[in-house]
Amino acid sequence: MSAANVFSEVMRVISNLAIPLILFLIIGFGFFKKVKIYEAFVEGAKGGFEVAIKIIPFLVAILVAIGMFRASGAMDFFVKIISPLTNLIGMPAEALPVALMRPLSGSGSLGLVTEIMKTHGPDSFLGRLVSTMYGSTETTFYVLAVYFGSVGIKKTRHAVAAGLLADAAGLLAALFICKLIF
Amino acid sequence: MLNYVWLALMIIALVVGAINGKLTEVTKAAFDMAETSVKIAFGLIGIMALWLGIIKIAEESGLVNILAKALKPISKRLFPDIPPDHPAIAAILLNLSANWLGLSNAATPLGLKAMDELQKLNDKKDTASNAMVTFLAMNTAAITLIPATIIGVRISLNSQNPQEIIGATIFAGVCATITAILAAKILEKLPVFLPAQPGRKELQTADVEKGQEGK
Repeated sequence: MSAANVFSEVMRVISNLAIPLILFLIIGFGFFKKVKIYEAFVEGAKGGFEVAIKIIPFLVAILVAIGMFRASGAMDFFVKIISPLTNLIGMPAEALPVALMRPLSGSGSLGLVTEIMKTHGPDSFLGRLVSTMYGSTETTFYVLAVYFGSVGIKKTRHAVAAGLLADAAGLLAALFICKLIF
Repeated sequence: MLNYVWLALMIIALVVGAINGKLTEVTKAAFDMAETSVKIAFGLIGIMALWLGIIKIAEESGLVNILAKALKPISKRLFPDIPPDHPAIAAILLNLSANWLGLSNAATPLGLKAMDELQKLNDKKDTASNAMVTFLAMNTAAITLIPATIIGVRISLNSQNPQEIIGATIFAGVCATITAILAAKILEKLPVFLPAQPGRKELQTADVEKGQEGK
């Protein structure tokens, strides 16, 4: 078994146990501290509906804009503009759409990654690269919409810039490390 | 800044869609995504209620406070504006850990709980606080210790070694997280250093308003 496999096995066990363990700890500690567990739970759970409803307008705004953008075919256009630049740093042309799509759409970028791995094979350099790219950042705009939306924040200040800089760093780091180890 | 991003996405979609003759698809996407948004939000209700209930127990038992105190050395650097034993710290930690473990069902509710706590400390309710941006930047740069989705895809495509990307993914995630923290910390202080960026005007007004409130 290689190191990566051992690590992934250990992580899988931790991931599977994490939630039962957290539930046990919180409920156990609450019982120990004589909290009225059931009443506290119900009291807290009341907020669930409200939060979910609150994010709807924000989610609609962001997802509709991104959906329209994707459907218009504008991505190809951007790939053409940016590719001379990314060629300079050795980013394969096929991987560029994944990099651009990643902050916008989780399902969209997963579709692209799957397509690339089908064409080039999951164990090709390209397949490994896009896998790493997909795994190393989140869907920034979705997170911003949901998280800010849940508390009604409309002025997001430097959040978009910081989020996108982090995405860019993650994507470039993915390219760097894949070139180094694969 | 989201204003400009949103405007850009919409205008580009409509213009490029018209040039490409894809306006029908663009319109369809708009309606589809509007519906999807509501489905996502409704899908969140149950899981959100579950975690909010559990966290309430943790709050009343004092566990949240204990956790926040234990994290003080890290949290006072990352989030200097949050009082050291505030429940926001515990919620942030729980969200980030859930993210790292790839537990997305737990991560979102815990993250929204963290935002709720941060909003209590925020004196301009429609504007993001520094702590919120730092938290979200770290969140979107999420380190994933086990990228389950992509490993699943690799297995389905008969990869010889579906897990081999784990090390690279963690490395890239760490780089993204460090950048996220630095970017959030630097950008929050230097609004004038964003001259060509569309976020500038918004930042300045936010700063001016903050200044006036201080007076």
